[in-house]
Amino acid sequence: MEQKLLQINNISVVYSDVIQVLKGVSLSVEKGQIVSLLGSNGAGKTTTLKAISGLLKPENGMVTEGAIVYKGLPMHNKSPEEITRHGIIQVLEGRQPFKYLSIEENLRVGTATRAGKPYQEDLDKVYKYFPQLSNMRKKLAGYCSGGELQMLVIGRGLMAHPELLMLDEPSLGLAPILVREIFDIIRRINEDEGTTIILVEQNAKMALKIATYGYVMENGKIVMEGPAEEVRENPDIKEFYLGMSVSGDAKSYDEVKSYRRRKRWL
Amino acid sequence: MDFFMQLLIGGLSVGFVYGLSAMGFVMIFKSSSVLNFAHGELLALGGYFFLIFITIVKLPVILAFIFTLLACFITGILIERVFLRSLIGEKLIFVIMLTVGLAAMFKGLLLLIFGGNLYTYPDFLPAAMGIQLGVVQVPPVYVATFGIGIFFLVLFGLFFKFSSQGIYMRSVADNQRASLSLGVNVRRVFALSWAIAALVAGMSGVVLGIINGVNVHDLSALGLKVFPVIILGGLDSIGGAIVGGLIIGILETFTGGYISPSLRDVIPYIILVFILLVKPYGLFGLKEIERV
Amino acid sequence: MMKKFQLHPCGNYNESYNSELTIYSTDFGRIGVVVGILLLFLVPFLPISPYIIYVMNLTGIAAISVVGLNLLTGFTGQISLGHGAFFGVGAYAGAILATRLNLPIFITLPAAGLITAGVGMIFGVPSGRLKGLYLTIATLAGQFIIEYVLVHWEYMTKGTMGITLPMPKLGGFTLMGDVPFFYLIFPLLILMTWIAVNIIRTRFGRAWIAIRDNDRAAEGMGIPIFPYKVFAFAVSSFYAGFAGALWAYYMGSITTEPFNLSLSVEYLAMVIIGGMGSISGSIFGAVFITALNELLRLMTDTLMNSAIVTQLGLSLAPLREFFYGVAIVLFILFEPRGLAELWRIVRSNFRLWPFPY
Repeated sequence: MEQKLLQINNISVVYSDVIQVLKGVSLSVEKGQIVSLLGSNGAGKTTTLKAISGLLKPENGMVTEGAIVYKGLPMHNKSPEEITRHGIIQVLEGRQPFKYLSIEENLRVGTATRAGKPYQEDLDKVYKYFPQLSNMRKKLAGYCSGGELQMLVIGRGLMAHPELLMLDEPSLGLAPILVREIFDIIRRINEDEGTTIILVEQNAKMALKIATYGYVMENGKIVMEGPAEEVRENPDIKEFYLGMSVSGDAKSYDEVKSYRRRKRWL
Repeated sequence: MDFFMQLLIGGLSVGFVYGLSAMGFVMIFKSSSVLNFAHGELLALGGYFFLIFITIVKLPVILAFIFTLLACFITGILIERVFLRSLIGEKLIFVIMLTVGLAAMFKGLLLLIFGGNLYTYPDFLPAAMGIQLGVVQVPPVYVATFGIGIFFLVLFGLFFKFSSQGIYMRSVADNQRASLSLGVNVRRVFALSWAIAALVAGMSGVVLGIINGVNVHDLSALGLKVFPVIILGGLDSIGGAIVGGLIIGILETFTGGYISPSLRDVIPYIILVFILLVKPYGLFGLKEIERV
Repeated sequence: MMKKFQLHPCGNYNESYNSELTIYSTDFGRIGVVVGILLLFLVPFLPISPYIIYVMNLTGIAAISVVGLNLLTGFTGQISLGHGAFFGVGAYAGAILATRLNLPIFITLPAAGLITAGVGMIFGVPSGRLKGLYLTIATLAGQFIIEYVLVHWEYMTKGTMGITLPMPKLGGFTLMGDVPFFYLIFPLLILMTWIAVNIIRTRFGRAWIAIRDNDRAAEGMGIPIFPYKVFAFAVSSFYAGFAGALWAYYMGSITTEPFNLSLSVEYLAMVIIGGMGSISGSIFGAVFITALNELLRLMTDTLMNSAIVTQLGLSLAPLREFFYGVAIVLFILFEPRGLAELWRIVRSNFRLWPFPY
């Protein structure tokens, strides 16, 4: 059997010693895959990513049970500095640029995991993926539009030579055409660079289109998983995430009766 | 007119030193939002390190200066390691109170060792360094001050603009979470910002010591002048710190020269309150866009 | 009607908001405090030296001042670095009112408090509307400006000459000496503490705590931050001024020297060591620091007699400053909630003995 790149075994995450957010989440990611993690707000998707990237710690969260194994190494509760040096990079939700740094300086921060090494080639690569950025290298990130910023933060992540890139809601607040463009680039990054990608999304339709495998989370648990096509065809997913009735027709809003069907996994 | 020029040049050079030392302060504030109330003591430490190296160890001036900077740099790292690291994540008020405690501790320690006396460095600046500017004779001390100040300003300017470590430091100041997610070593950035701040403060302490002599009370009080300076310049603006320093320095010497010497040390604080009243974010400060 | 004594329940069993608000959770607590106060008032009858009474009086005055500072720092989350200067403003206001206008003590004390609160406003208003730690910086400015004014406004303050106060009269009785002052200072301390404890229970206190814990959330819940912050600052300055005037009377004469930045730091040290956000902690802090001061004084006095130390020219002030610093640093690193928290832990260990919890 092929060695899994990332294996999460039954982890529980607790914030401030009292608030349990994840209750036994398990998932595995194979090398070269795009795995998408779906679920409504507060389901624990972002927390799962933070548990992997180590960003729980500054927020007073902890993995209390279970294990996160990356390339055979335990990663849970390690510091973000260490984890990023293994090639796991999380692109935060809500874009989070460095507002008072220029575009190029923002990208250069991405080299932190291998400080002192040459980075010019990587810059060129990022500008190749995002030609828009190359025209405004000196512009302060604080003055960029949402789409530009999303490209910037993905590019910034790429600068770190990630083997596992975790994107947290890259479509948030973007126009549909931009969403398509960004998802296209994500797919290209996966294909050309061989980067494994975990994609957290609200936009289930887009996410399942480019993903190879999908997980659905609810209330801090994985409630469903499977190859992307399978998840896409699941009647419950159609009903609750893709907004279609069982027959596959797009549903108009006044037909929505969420009490009609019960979610079968609950 | 002579008197005016004399005051102006004196004010500019003292103000320049204030600005530089405020720069170190702003650096700490920007990277970790900590107001360092022990800044004056860092200044005094620099002054005394130099005193020790030059009068007791009897090192040549340049070497003594370099050793002083090195000692201050290490002190900064130690302060961060020993006292502040364990408070990362604690409420800010504790961290700031800690610097108040550190200030009292260092001041007491320096007073215990050196007493409240005024020491002066041996005269080592060559008289030839003085410049004749029209009718005004600029003393060598001021020339040296400008030289050292501009050197460090350019050095740090280049460091923050172009070096990777400088950019990482700015990124932490800007958005700590995002820089963590990219693997920036935030603890190293904190340590480094304390080290650089201590180094710059120590350098200012030496320069002020050359101008006025070294005395614990004076230097630690001078260190607190960073507050008027940064309020004037805007808490988070490094360029503003320099301009603020120049303005405060000039105002001080002019008040001392034309109005009353005793008002000299209070005028910066009067300006501080006034600035808070009319332009609270300073002349150059950025008003943080608050998104809840 | 015989009321049943309540014992501590094991846990939080408050059934109404009112029971959360009570100051003493059991009747034993209430009785304990009353008995403690009675015992305190018997202290002057014990065969002890007037020096002890003197130290206790100083502690009492400091405690009044620190209770005020704790309302600002511990409850509202604003650091003041000018409390020592405000204490000085109160001392001078009291002294000037007493000498120029011959006002009696029961008017000068609150008047000094009000004047100090007014002076405090000059620094509190511009910084109060800003978030963050601007108030700290403004009070630092206040410290220096007030010191300057005290020394240089000679018409009012007689500069470095100082002012000598008349003996205060209270109901035809002239207060003189340590013991009468003891019976003035401690009832006043109890009164001021009682007021502080009760302010915390009003909407003002709750608003302060909300601002301290999260000013944005507090604002979002409709608490106007600016007036509440300024009010907290005014109250804290009032306490400083009140204590200052009391101190001026007790000392008999005042000069400008004591009210420097070190005094402000000393007060902050008392707040932190006692416990931020705890009224009883303020009193612990005042006791601890005053005791530390006297201990250091004794130590240096004995040391001074040995010739070596005299030659080294060791003086008391830096040693004191050093120890305040060390005490602040150690408490913040190891017990940031101060003596009050230690006391709580000790007490609950006793209460629950022999079980760990």
